[in-house]
Amino acid sequence: MRMPTPDPLALGRYQQLIGGLRAIVPGEGVIVDERELAAYESDGLTAYRQLPMVVVLPDTTEQVAAILRLCRDLSVKVVPRGGGTSLSGGALPVADGIVLAMSRFNRVLDVDYQNRTARVQPGVTNLGITRAVEGRGFYYAPDPSSQIACTIGGNVAENSGGVHCLKYGMTTNNVLGVVLVTIDGEILHLGGGALDAPGYDLLGLIVGSEGLLGVVTEVTVRILPKPETARAVLVGFPTNAAAADAVATIIGSGIIPAGMEMMDRPAIHAAEDFIGAGYPRDAEALLIIELDGPEVEVDHLIERVVAIVEQRQASSIKVSTSEEQRLAFWAGRKAAFPAVGRISPDYYCMDGTIPRARLPEVLDGISAFSRKYDLKVANVFHAGDGNLHPLILYDANQPGQLEAAEAFGADILKMCVKVGGVLTGEHGVGVEKRDLMNDQFDEVDLDQQRRVKDAFDPSGLFNPGKMFPLLSSCAEQGRMHISGGALRFPNIPRF
Amino acid sequence: MVETIRATSEEMVAEAITSAYGQDRAVEVAGRGSKLPFGRPVRADMRLETTGLAGITLYEPAELVMSARAGTPLEEIEAALAANGQMLAFEPRDLAGLLGTTEGSQTIGGVVATNLAGPRRCVAGAVRDHVLGIRAVNGRGEVFKTGGRVVKNVTGYDLCKLLTGSFGTLAVFTEVTFKVLPAPETEETVVLHGIDAETAVRLMGQALGSAADISGAAWMPAALSEGGDCAFLRIEGFGPSVKARRHYLMETIIGSAIEATVIDAEEGRALWRNIRDVRVFCGRWGQAAWKLAVRPSDAPALLQRLSEQTDGEAFIDGGGAFLWLSLPCPGDAPAGLVRSLLPEGGHATLVAAPESERAAQAVFQPLPAPLAALEARVKASFDPKTILNPGRMT
Repeated sequence: MRMPTPDPLALGRYQQLIGGLRAIVPGEGVIVDERELAAYESDGLTAYRQLPMVVVLPDTTEQVAAILRLCRDLSVKVVPRGGGTSLSGGALPVADGIVLAMSRFNRVLDVDYQNRTARVQPGVTNLGITRAVEGRGFYYAPDPSSQIACTIGGNVAENSGGVHCLKYGMTTNNVLGVVLVTIDGEILHLGGGALDAPGYDLLGLIVGSEGLLGVVTEVTVRILPKPETARAVLVGFPTNAAAADAVATIIGSGIIPAGMEMMDRPAIHAAEDFIGAGYPRDAEALLIIELDGPEVEVDHLIERVVAIVEQRQASSIKVSTSEEQRLAFWAGRKAAFPAVGRISPDYYCMDGTIPRARLPEVLDGISAFSRKYDLKVANVFHAGDGNLHPLILYDANQPGQLEAAEAFGADILKMCVKVGGVLTGEHGVGVEKRDLMNDQFDEVDLDQQRRVKDAFDPSGLFNPGKMFPLLSSCAEQGRMHISGGALRFPNIPRF
Repeated sequence: MVETIRATSEEMVAEAITSAYGQDRAVEVAGRGSKLPFGRPVRADMRLETTGLAGITLYEPAELVMSARAGTPLEEIEAALAANGQMLAFEPRDLAGLLGTTEGSQTIGGVVATNLAGPRRCVAGAVRDHVLGIRAVNGRGEVFKTGGRVVKNVTGYDLCKLLTGSFGTLAVFTEVTFKVLPAPETEETVVLHGIDAETAVRLMGQALGSAADISGAAWMPAALSEGGDCAFLRIEGFGPSVKARRHYLMETIIGSAIEATVIDAEEGRALWRNIRDVRVFCGRWGQAAWKLAVRPSDAPALLQRLSEQTDGEAFIDGGGAFLWLSLPCPGDAPAGLVRSLLPEGGHATLVAAPESERAAQAVFQPLPAPLAALEARVKASFDPKTILNPGRMT
């Protein structure tokens, strides 16, 4: 992975930097030992590694402000880091910068049940928020698959999604305010207590800005009452097109399921071989459709969904009748990534989104690429919102396969853009897809984004080498791949 | 009368702005003009109208997405959606009656530019939560795009959020793409009679945080409501679900100590349209209409302070998240007084007032200096010469 050339002047200010940081964060909050730094050299995208100059672990917003002023004055780059679970290299360190690790910001500050909000520090895990409020019957809706490890600060940076965003929205729709520290060390309150804050919607801009605009030290989220009940329907189809048609008919008839997941035949078989969830092996495509809400509503909608899929060539239909069965329906889907990891030494996960109507032709296109590159592929798909996760199977030990997998992946993402979709639905651009940005945006589009970046960070010190194509970039393109043995969080279900 | 250009294509918009940029001419951006009296008066050398840029360009009901040129009439969009049982879930307000403009004359571009969502705001989000993509011309005359036509998209900065609610001060929209949702099959509204604001806000909060899953929560004082002090709680959705949730709401949350009646879908739709469009304050020419945003639980105390220290009348929307306030003007209650009564974290917008008042007072809540400086830099990143709607948001 090509990164911006390290700045020798910044590297030369190492002693000044360490001294300055120690004056701000006393004790063990400044890490310089190479063995300890190694824990921060990579994120969920383990193919890329880089030791930073130093890692600093502040405890307070004021310390963050002082650190950023110091870095600005010394022209030292800053890579903010939450749980380090990014799949796009969003927290990949740079050689001439610090890693600003937010792990000590791990407290839930305040839960306001009357107003249905929670104020938390950014190092609290996504699931930690739900844990803090579930005793009173509430939860935090966005649920990225890494939710036991990923932090709300990282979710804000990446605008994380999950399987329920069709109905409940992404992070951006569930965050009401943040405290943002700028590169000048200014502490800004964006949003918070009241809705629709005055001025430009900087909160909306910060969510999903991948750590390129500032550092978030506090987040206010909306919490929702936990749905009374949830049930799922497991449906097999003889073709991908029939499954896609069923999805369109369900949504077109006015039903918004809490989740709607699709798997193709290779993914079904991999999952079935791995955990035996009871998926139909003879189906070409499988849908898991989950409805939630009041019991009366769920029962009513289940009936309607079943009637729809019956008329859409469903080859098998199972409706969950207990919570155990609902979870069993999900178990295969949630195990799809490790299941594929079991049948192939390595796999490469893509994250494009497409207009759903184009699904059959995109799957045909992926099959054609599969033949062209002579690599197998399994598809799992957030069917409700068109977010595709093709898993390209390869063996890094076979000469040429890694390169073929990378070219295959780039072809898929370019096809997503070509049919009206986008490069990334929830994993972020990071370093991985940085150099494909020109396929989705022209130079005017990107220049407008760069000027917004300059309004926050004129010296380009925040998270360099991410999101924007490197000016000098040539044929080399951003890649993301997960090596079977090297997956950083092997115990996190990935979907 | 300033020169008016009525653009019929994106190229025309780009040409007009490029030329204005070159000559340092200020441009007032307009759709059909229904919300021009919202914001501070703009001093411009020319006016650019987008009404010639009209038409729905994409509508995929099964994908919950629509694109339309910026000047497309909102009625056209809502009619197309209604024909497919769908809607704009943010429930756009028509404030023409407050602003003294023509009712039913909004464009989709204007709706996005002002981020004005209705009573469903508290559960379904604002306009900004539904905008997926925008094509626009910035203050340099450059055509750019941001976002896309799919719901799930994190590619690059979300400039859609920044542009939504920017009142034409960052760019001139040429086409917007937005998420649409199924319209509820039916609705019922529970009316609570003789209920004070404090009790109403507490019960509305409980209902919003419960399986009752209400989608509208308003309170009107007797002075503004025929039936005395009343709270209105709307339940929308599938028939059996609405019935079950109404039962739950009345049994579990409201109880028998409060007099409650139920109104049906048709009557309810008219009621919520009135709340949405702030009808109770319409026709009060010479008065000021304020929208105050607070934490819901702070609303009753604010209402109390307003009644003690001003001659205004107010009602509650969004379960307490918003108060609409009508005040005599000019002069009696300047912005400073209204804002001094706000609780911590609250903000106040002067939505409707005579032009002289809007010129003299801060229409939008003033920002702390560092934030204002950052917003100015963001503004300059789109419109370096400040030629787009100069002064409107300041």
